[in-house]
Amino acid sequence: MSHTLSRDVVIINELGLHARSAAWIAKLAQNANSKVWLIRGKERVDASSIIDILSLACSKGSKITLEIDEESDINILNEIIDLVKKGFGE
Amino acid sequence: MSDTNAIEIILNGIGASPGICIGKAYLVDKEGVDVVRKYFIGKENLRHETKRFKAAVKKAKDELRVIIKNSNEELCQQSYILETHVVMLKDKMLYGKTIETIEDEGINAEWALKKVVSSLKSMFQNMSDPYLKERAADIVHVSDRVMKNLVGAEALNIADICKRVILIAHDLSPAETSQIQLEKIKGFVTNRGGKASHTGIIARTLEIPAVLGLDNATGIIRNDDLIIVDGTTGTVLVHPTEETLVKYEESKIKYEEYRAAIARRSHLVAETTDGFQLPVMGNIELPEEVVSVIDHGGDGIGLYRTEFQYLSSSVFPSEDELFDKYMDVVEVIAPKPVTIRTLDINADKAITHVSECDETNPALGLRAIRYCLQNPEVFKTQIRAILRVAAYGNVRILIPMISSYDEVCETKRILNEVADSLDKEGAVFNRDIEFGIMIEVPSAVTMADVMAENVDFFSIGTNDLIQYSLAIDRGNSNVAYLYNPLHPAIIRVIKHVADVAREKGIKVFMCGEMANDPIYMPILLGLGLDELSMNPQSIPAVKSMVRELNVENVKLFMKDVLKQTSATAVMKLVQDTYGSLLYDKIYHE
Repeated sequence: MSHTLSRDVVIINELGLHARSAAWIAKLAQNANSKVWLIRGKERVDASSIIDILSLACSKGSKITLEIDEESDINILNEIIDLVKKGFGE
Repeated sequence: MSDTNAIEIILNGIGASPGICIGKAYLVDKEGVDVVRKYFIGKENLRHETKRFKAAVKKAKDELRVIIKNSNEELCQQSYILETHVVMLKDKMLYGKTIETIEDEGINAEWALKKVVSSLKSMFQNMSDPYLKERAADIVHVSDRVMKNLVGAEALNIADICKRVILIAHDLSPAETSQIQLEKIKGFVTNRGGKASHTGIIARTLEIPAVLGLDNATGIIRNDDLIIVDGTTGTVLVHPTEETLVKYEESKIKYEEYRAAIARRSHLVAETTDGFQLPVMGNIELPEEVVSVIDHGGDGIGLYRTEFQYLSSSVFPSEDELFDKYMDVVEVIAPKPVTIRTLDINADKAITHVSECDETNPALGLRAIRYCLQNPEVFKTQIRAILRVAAYGNVRILIPMISSYDEVCETKRILNEVADSLDKEGAVFNRDIEFGIMIEVPSAVTMADVMAENVDFFSIGTNDLIQYSLAIDRGNSNVAYLYNPLHPAIIRVIKHVADVAREKGIKVFMCGEMANDPIYMPILLGLGLDELSMNPQSIPAVKSMVRELNVENVKLFMKDVLKQTSATAVMKLVQDTYGSLLYDKIYHE
């Protein structure tokens, strides 16, 4: 298991980070002990907020970075990364 | 009858779905929520205020949970939207911010929520991605629910209606209509909307009366008022007198008898009094709808819209998936024809696969055949599926949005290429299928004589043809009133297309909304249309009207129609000449 506190991933699902996928990420991030951040370009938002995620307007092909404050949240980070990589099963 | 002292009030609006219903009004009124009072909260009461807000959110969450639990399998698309709403309720941008605002500004929860929502709304509305723009509506929806709980208004839950009522609303959103238990609704009355509005379409599909565009129905009609809705004439009567009630009860029975009578005869061909047989077909979008076409006596499928398979999943459907869907339709309705329209990415259907580039004016942008010719692989997959399914029934192919002759030639070239490769693979297919184009762009009308040389049929798509010819965006409420199929220019345009088709010996069909309305039949028959296709519910009434007409007479009648200089004058002429035929049959036979 990787010990970095941030990982990059590219959005592959056609719709990008739309309502359902954003809700999915937010739900997972809400279980974290500390903050989970979603970063796109210069913008950095709280991944536990669906509205914040939507405000980044990540379309298909956008590169995003997920970052955690506490190492104990590494499983949540990996889970979100896997989900994005699988295109949210769409 | 609930209030014998009340005076009978007559309201006139747009009859969007025919029929009569009599019953109690049920007001779905959001106005009460729109009026939000602002007041300050003393420091000592702030805790109580945030608690009140949290309770309203919790209640909203519970309500949504119940709705999700009760929605059936078919609505799973809906329920994931509702799941998203549940997550949004507790979102810090909405939930956290509102609590913060209550505490920081010392204001009541309603006002704080309103403030937070309007700033979120403007943030989303400024986004360029059309999909995300739409999400503002989700936030409003979620906050409305909380707001209702805060102001203590009886939570509007259409799903809870337990008696059969007539729904009165300012306007009904698709989200609201999706919740309605439709068997509980006798009719619709709204302030806004017209024939082409969402509510109008729903009402016609359900075959229940609707009068829309009444401006102030919600201001005049009270909950539980006894009302009569006549969707045929566009009249609503509030507090009817005994006399009126009796009259409408009789009309209602007659109308129902008439519906039953035309439904019984709907399976027979529509033949005019002088022996001309007009095929009356159904438009479908989902394979399942083919059953409705058969039930309503359709003579085939005049328009099978194929976008749904592309919209419902996030990857393009495979050839086999398309083949299976088309097969469902072709098999069921054979030997009657199925007209498959190739992918028509529409301006009003945001298709996510192609939203790579933002278009400021999608109606004039990369749509339909233009998109297909730029993405030949997507197009070829669909054509392969169509040619293969053509081996199992009577299949025609219809190309949308043709605006130049080159597009016709290029499409045919691709069609031949696909057929050759299927041949080489030894696949079961049929390359000799009728090839038609949609006539919906004015340039195609002008070039109709050239187009006719290379196609087997024209199908006039009135919705777009009218929009493009009259330069009217139907969705724009400032100009929607100008949208009129009876505009003399539109009648001339259709006449030109029909004349060219006849001269060149090809067939001319119509599959737009204009074909749905029995009152237009004298004109469409008079212009020489060879076949009409419409939503399945309209088939019985259209067939019934056709049987009353005489081709020689309507041709003569067209001479008068062509002399008219305005849509109003044309409508008056049609009503005066043939209106009685329609209404007398309904109410007085």
